[in-house]
Amino acid sequence: MANFKISYREDTALFQNLWVKSWLGIFIAAMIVLPFLLSRYQLSILNGMGIAVIGALGLNLLIGYTGQISLGHGAFVAIGAYTTGLLAGTLGVPFIVALPVSGTTAALLSLIVGVPSLRLKGLYLALGTLAFGFIIEYVLFHWDLTRGDTGMAVPKIGAGGFFIETELQFFYLIMFFAALATLVAKNLARTKIGRSFVAIRDRDIAAEAMGISLSKYKIMAFAVSAFYAGVAGCLLAYYQKWIVPGNFDISLSIAYIAMIVLGGMGTILGSILGAILITGIPYGIVYLTDALRGTYPNLSGLIVDLKLGIFGLVIVLTLLFEPQGLVGIYRRIKVYWKTWPFKY
Amino acid sequence: MAVMNQDKSLQLEIKDLSMSFGGIKAIRNVSIGVQSGEIYSIIGPNGAGKTTIFNCISGIYKAQQGSIRFENRELLGVKPDRIAQMGVARAFQNIALFKGMTVLDNLMSARVHLMKYGLLGAALYLGACQREEVQNRDAVEDVIEFLDLQSVRKSPVSSLSYGLQKRVELARALAMKPKILLVDEPVSGMNLEEREDMARYIIDINEEMDITVVLIEHDMGLVMDLSDRVTVLNFGTKIAEGTPGEVSSNPEVVKAYLGDEH
Repeated sequence: MANFKISYREDTALFQNLWVKSWLGIFIAAMIVLPFLLSRYQLSILNGMGIAVIGALGLNLLIGYTGQISLGHGAFVAIGAYTTGLLAGTLGVPFIVALPVSGTTAALLSLIVGVPSLRLKGLYLALGTLAFGFIIEYVLFHWDLTRGDTGMAVPKIGAGGFFIETELQFFYLIMFFAALATLVAKNLARTKIGRSFVAIRDRDIAAEAMGISLSKYKIMAFAVSAFYAGVAGCLLAYYQKWIVPGNFDISLSIAYIAMIVLGGMGTILGSILGAILITGIPYGIVYLTDALRGTYPNLSGLIVDLKLGIFGLVIVLTLLFEPQGLVGIYRRIKVYWKTWPFKY
Repeated sequence: MAVMNQDKSLQLEIKDLSMSFGGIKAIRNVSIGVQSGEIYSIIGPNGAGKTTIFNCISGIYKAQQGSIRFENRELLGVKPDRIAQMGVARAFQNIALFKGMTVLDNLMSARVHLMKYGLLGAALYLGACQREEVQNRDAVEDVIEFLDLQSVRKSPVSSLSYGLQKRVELARALAMKPKILLVDEPVSGMNLEEREDMARYIIDINEEMDITVVLIEHDMGLVMDLSDRVTVLNFGTKIAEGTPGEVSSNPEVVKAYLGDEH
C-alpha cells in the first residue's frame, strides 16, 4: 500500500495510514462485541489485564523511557487504591472525583522518590524505591485509618439507581480507561516530553547540554508514572470491592517489572503485551494444573506458590534471549514478512 | 585585525578561569575573548585543558575561579540546561547522541526548550501542541537539508557510520538555534573527504547562519584554514593567541608541539 506523506502533520500522525486505521476499527468493534460471547470468568481475566495495562504503561514511561529504575511501583498502586478507599468508602466521594484525586495523590507522593532521584542513580535508586515500597506497606498495615489487615470496603460506582457491578460493565469501564491511558502514553512518547525522557535515559549530560532540564523531566517522569499507577489502583479498588495491604506488596512491583521487561522496555505496545501475558500466566498455571489434576493431584498446591519464581524466570530468560521483549519478536516477524519471500 | 578589535564588546569572555580536579590543575588563569561572528579555535597538546574549558562554558564543570560571561551574563554557577537555553550549543568530542532515537528525534530533542506547550497539552496532543511540533519539525528539516542528512532522517542513530554520527552531532547542536556553537574535535577519526565536508559545513554555519563558532581541533590544516583567531593552551595555561599566521610562528607554540631542540 502506498504510503506517501505531503505534510509534516501527516508524518507525525498517530495512525499513519488507512491500513492501520481499519485494523483499529476492527479491534474496537471486536472489543465491543466480544464480551457478550465470553463467560464471567473470562471477563474477569480481561478486566485484570486491563488494569495491569494502565499500571505497566506508567512504569514503562519511567523505567523504559526515562531509564529511572523503580522497585516501588506497587506502592503507588496502593496509594491510588487506598485514596479511593478513603475517599469513596469513608467520605462517599463519587468515582468521577475519586479517580483523578487518586492519580494526583500518587503523583504528589512520588516526589518523595522523584526528588532524591536527582542524586541517586542505578542501584541506589532501586534500593530507595524498594524502601519506599516497604514503608508504604508498613503504613497501610499500621495506620488506624487504613485498618491494617482487616482492609477497607470500597462502594460501588454509580449514582441515581445505576451501578457498575457486573463483570461486563466493569469490562467497558476498564477498557475505556486502558484505551485512554494508551492514547495519552502514545502522545507523550511522540512529543517533547517523550523525547526528553529518552534523552535523559540515553545521555543525561548531553540532554542537559541540549537545554533539557534534568530535574524537571525526571520528576515529571516519576509523577506521570505514579499517576498511572494511582489510576490503576483506583480502578482495582472499585473492581475488587475490598482492599488489604497484602494486595500491594513487593510481588506486585516485581510483576509490573516483569511485564515491561517481557513486553519490551521503552515501547507502548510492549507494556500492553507484557501486561496481558504476565497477568495471564497465573490463569494459565491454574488451567494446566486443572488439566493435570488426574495424573498429579498434588501439583496445584505446589505450583501456585511458584508464581513469583516464574515471574523471575521470565525476566531472566527474556533478558538473556530477547532483550527487546515481545516487541522485538514482533518487529522481526514484521520485517520478515515485509520482504517475504526474499531474504533481504 | 583581531587584536585591534579588542575593545569591541565580546560575545563570550572568559577571564582568569582556573579549575582543578583534586591536586591537578586542569586550567590556570586562562582568559579568552570571542567576538561575535568569528571562528575561534582552541588548540594544544592532549591534556592541555581544551575540553575542560568547553565543559566549564556549558556548565558541566564548575570552575573554582574566574568568570565566564556570555552576552554580558555570567555563566559560572548557572545550570547546563539554562546555559544551553541562552544560546550556547555544544557538539561533543566522543559522540553523545541519544542512541535510542532516530536522527529526526535527536534533532527534535534539541528543540525541547523552544516548545512551550505543557504536559496536559502533550498528553492530549491539543491544537497548540500539534502546531508547535509541526513548526519545529519544519525548522529541524532546514538543518537536515543544510547538513545533507535527508536520507538518514528516520534511521536510528546507532545504525549510522562514525562520520555520519559526527555530522548528526553537529546537526543536533545546530537544531538548538544557538548563537554560539562549541565544536569539540569535529573531524577526529575521519577520512580526507569527510574532513573536507565537515570544514565546509563549519564555514557555512558560520557565514550563512551567522553563528559564532568556537573550535577545538588537532588537525592543524583545518584550524589554520578556518580560524579567524587561535588560542594555544599547554598544561592548562594559555601560551599564545592571535591569527593563525602569528600563532604558527610563535616560538612558544613550536616548543610546545615539537619540543625544545627544534
